[in-house]
Amino acid sequence: MSTRPLVAARPETIAEVTFDATLEERIVDLLRRYPTRRAAILPVLWLCQERYGWISPGVIRAVAQRLGESPAFVEGVVSFYTMYYTRPPARYVLQVCTTLSCAYCGGKELVEHLKGRLGISFGEKTPDGEFQLIGVQCLGACGGAPVVQINDDYFEQLDIKRLDGLLDELTGRR
Amino acid sequence: MEAVLLRARGVPDSRAIATYLAAGGYEGWKKALAMAPDAVTREVTDSELRGRGGAGFPTGRKWSFVPKDHPGPRYLICNADESEPGTFKDREIIEHDPHQVIEGIAIASYAVGAKTAYIYIRGEFVRWARILEEAIEEARRAGFLGKNGLGSGFDLDVWVHRGAGAYICGEETALLESLEGKRGFPRLKPPFPAVVGAFGKPTVVNNVETLACVPHIMTRGAHWFASIGRPRNTGPKLFSVSGHVNRPGVYELPLGVTFREIIHEHCGGIRGGRKLKAFFPGGTSAPIMTAAEVDVQADFDACAQAGTMLGSGGVIVLDETVDMVEAAANVAHFYAHESCGQCTPCREGADWCKDILDRMVEGHARAADPETLLRICRFSSSGMTICPLGDAYALPISSMVNKFREEFDRRIGTATPLPQKKLPVLPWAGPRPGFGV
Ligand SMILES: Cc1cc2nc3c(=O)[nH]c(=O)nc-3n(C[C@H](O)[C@H](O)[C@H](O)COP(=O)(O)O)c2cc1C
Ligand code: SF4
Ligand code: FES
Repeated sequence: MSTRPLVAARPETIAEVTFDATLEERIVDLLRRYPTRRAAILPVLWLCQERYGWISPGVIRAVAQRLGESPAFVEGVVSFYTMYYTRPPARYVLQVCTTLSCAYCGGKELVEHLKGRLGISFGEKTPDGEFQLIGVQCLGACGGAPVVQINDDYFEQLDIKRLDGLLDELTGRR
Repeated sequence: MEAVLLRARGVPDSRAIATYLAAGGYEGWKKALAMAPDAVTREVTDSELRGRGGAGFPTGRKWSFVPKDHPGPRYLICNADESEPGTFKDREIIEHDPHQVIEGIAIASYAVGAKTAYIYIRGEFVRWARILEEAIEEARRAGFLGKNGLGSGFDLDVWVHRGAGAYICGEETALLESLEGKRGFPRLKPPFPAVVGAFGKPTVVNNVETLACVPHIMTRGAHWFASIGRPRNTGPKLFSVSGHVNRPGVYELPLGVTFREIIHEHCGGIRGGRKLKAFFPGGTSAPIMTAAEVDVQADFDACAQAGTMLGSGGVIVLDETVDMVEAAANVAHFYAHESCGQCTPCREGADWCKDILDRMVEGHARAADPETLLRICRFSSSGMTICPLGDAYALPISSMVNKFREEFDRRIGTATPLPQKKLPVLPWAGPRPGFGV
């Protein structure tokens, strides 16, 4: 399994952010694609999340300044979407689909099992920062119900045994 | 029928441009470039291709709305947001045959005069965004895209733009807002995107599957395409089938096939030998159908006649063990979460439906609940909202109440009074570092 762990920058290290040359180069490349600077907000936020692991207020201010927007505007964008982490995420974020096809094809049981095994409910992280559980809406993979997304990767046709195997593998890799 | 859109599924190395070229790929693009843009649009109009994203709008007609004399840029958008519950067909196309989509984008861009195209893909589809980016790069290196593609003098850039988690951004005007770097709030129409779209310029938004049909129309002709399916409902269609069937998955079938054939033949019937109870014909935004309606044809007009919609072709199958009140609560949760919040009937209505249905599921139904649900849904689907999401939650929920009314009424007979209400608790995900809170 090739799922990479997320690495979240410690809050104090990104209280103030200046983009380095590599990041700046990628931002310039993105800006070429759009007629306005504003249009680059989502992709630049993705770059930042990739780099720092999450979107801190410091990151928001840096993005706003780079793209000529107010921090309030960028914060408004960040908060509209569900995929930008505004808090440091765990190393593995488990996004369990709770929508109809998954719920009725074993998803409800998976959710109960995960909550029990990890001792957390939706929105929470395990104390060791290893796992985070999020209940999400349809992931667009319903034929493979039940579906769990772990960081960037999809896992389909899961049952409790396979999911346990995946989690064991991830914890074993520590 | 012969596989068209899914012909690459199962072919080794199917994503590589060499494989695509060996199967006749980019011939449609070459043919289009030798024609006048209007003639390309005419060919698509003659094929009677209708949009596969949900609304079934005639594609050629949509292209023809782009003003001919507009100075300045125009845009083409490929809608790969694929967020309608029960829909997973666009991902299947991208997984096996991304060049088919890129060729469709190129032809459509040429027809409407767009020199820049964006593929708006849902944020969760990281793998499929990467596949598309690699394919675009291959096509650029092979000279099909970029400056002066194939020596035609036509320039075209294609960029992948990732969403970040919001169902509503599949709605075309919300998509445009999101592409422009804003919150995904749908816009009032008119003006339609064909006139005022991305960055204020004429823009065509088409679904992945719609665009994937276009190269085939170019190479094999409008008449060939129109010979598949039924009049006004032409061509192959991808059906995403999920839920309680033996073989869920994506099936390519001619429009006009019946739901009985889809569910009982292609998907091998209901799991565990149980009975079919109901199904959503086109994602959860389409009114539900009962087992008695399984002989309806799966196409735009037949579904409309039966009081529902083909939508995205996402067939969700529910067997006899499903409790309709619970299923309705699940549907309501989705829309309450995904309403963008601009319009009261949608924002408040979806939330109230969710709360009432949750309360019913927990065993505290009140006598007036079914009628209250219907009243909320009537209000939300009366044309008082900015975008169709107001209807998209109201029509399925009211159809569930109407078609399975006795299950909702039964909840009232067995209900216990609501226990004393607890004070609401702020959903608290913990402090947000950097804010001092
Ligand atoms: C709430 C809502 C969600 C939608 N989601 C999608 C989607 O995920 N993908 C899509 O292609 N179209 C979606 N649509 C339809 C688009 O607005 C638009 O009609 C479509 O992309 C046009 O492409 P077509 O003409 O090729 O079908 C949605 C519409 C609404 C109202
Ligand atoms: S109908 Fe709902 S989703 Fe659509 S604009 Fe209004 S509040 Fe937003
Ligand atoms: S319902 Fe779970 S992926 Fe669609």
